[in-house]
Amino acid sequence: MVVIVDYGAGNLRSVVNAINKLGYQPSITSNPAEVLNARAVILPGVGAAADTVESLRALGMVDPIRQVIAEGRPFFGVCIGLQVLFTGTEEGGWHECLGIIPGRVRKLPVGLKVPQMGWNQVKQKVSHPIFSGIPDGANFYFVHSYYVEPDDKSLVAGETEYGIPICSVVAKGNLVATQFHPEKSGELGLKMYSNFMKMVLTGEQV
Amino acid sequence: MLTKRIIPCLDVTDGRVVKGTSFTELRDAGDPVELAAFYYKEGADELVFLDIGATPEGRNIMVDVVERVSEQVFIPLTVGGGLRSIDDMRRMLKAGADKITINTAAVLNPELISEGAKRFGSQCIVVAIDARREAQALQEKTDDVPKWEVLTHGGREPTGIDAIQWAKEAVELGAGELLLTSWDADGHQTGYDLELTRITSEAVTVPVIASGGAGNLEHLCQALVSGKADAVLAASIFHYRTYSIRQAKDYLAERGIAVRR
Repeated sequence: MVVIVDYGAGNLRSVVNAINKLGYQPSITSNPAEVLNARAVILPGVGAAADTVESLRALGMVDPIRQVIAEGRPFFGVCIGLQVLFTGTEEGGWHECLGIIPGRVRKLPVGLKVPQMGWNQVKQKVSHPIFSGIPDGANFYFVHSYYVEPDDKSLVAGETEYGIPICSVVAKGNLVATQFHPEKSGELGLKMYSNFMKMVLTGEQV
Repeated sequence: MLTKRIIPCLDVTDGRVVKGTSFTELRDAGDPVELAAFYYKEGADELVFLDIGATPEGRNIMVDVVERVSEQVFIPLTVGGGLRSIDDMRRMLKAGADKITINTAAVLNPELISEGAKRFGSQCIVVAIDARREAQALQEKTDDVPKWEVLTHGGREPTGIDAIQWAKEAVELGAGELLLTSWDADGHQTGYDLELTRITSEAVTVPVIASGGAGNLEHLCQALVSGKADAVLAASIFHYRTYSIRQAKDYLAERGIAVRR
């Protein structure tokens, strides 16, 4: 039912553990056909965006992911799984990403500790079922050196302050992606995955 | 605003949590999986597991501990102790660790830092530094700035390496975070080495976790404010229930430090 994309990301297991904890049995796959047929897809990620894009290309995952999102099936991107959706990233020089969300991935401002590592507040900018039961300004666990900047500001569903306001949640219909790691964000992180699974189960277009 | 982190540290040997003084005189402090679940419920921001036995059998036990903890504890887990290769790191990450900490192996083979950062990302690589303050008499007379020496092998081996220089080098090689332990203060519960913590934190661009010496909540506060640490690690004060994580966070919040509650 729910497919977690396995392209060698280090934190795959944490995501699987979180979904299991909620009582669901996700399928873990590196097979593009399985992603194409999935009811919903989770794209986890840590490390560098360009490497992740390379891995996804090598597996033939790019078109299936594009199609799942285009058809409005529930999709959850985590951290690098958010960044790769954008046009491109500044990380390690300019690298093209999947180009599903117009915008760029930029380096965090200088003068602050990079990576941003730890718990920071997410200010909810829109009403979306992914935030159901989660207080505005709740803390989530971040670890990243780059941040996303969507061209269309209405995509910014959650915002977090780190020297500058950064986009920490993108949500548009059934497409949800977070800069933080819900699987490492305690009970409220699990609540966010639980909200996503409810979106999957009700099957309604948000 | 990014909050300051409170990180209980679980030193594990033969599948039990232990705690010592200046790296020796170990006391039993409980079952690692149970303690981890307890700290998670109490509101710990992360957990660090160190295999202080660092034997091959100990590593197998640690893999099992990490697997069991990661199924029920949904905060970041850092694991270290005796990890010497990319394969050792991969095994812990696969078991459910989020970050790997390396100490002696990084000093002996600094390429392990760059290689690990390349394979798994810098955010995964925590370089642990055990630093011992050099006696005043040993210091060069040309300046008054104190110096610290890097120790390896669980604090047993002096290396002649300057700890601050090593901290900078480790970050250049790709460390995403530093776990800085004062050998002098560790286990004595008389406070962190604030000077060591501050100088290191100011010298690098990555987060620094202060470790060694926490005996009361004011010590945590000092490490975060005067020491400019991004996170504080403590063992005894939490293991022996002197303070709860919640008490620690309340104490810090009352003093204007941003914490997650």
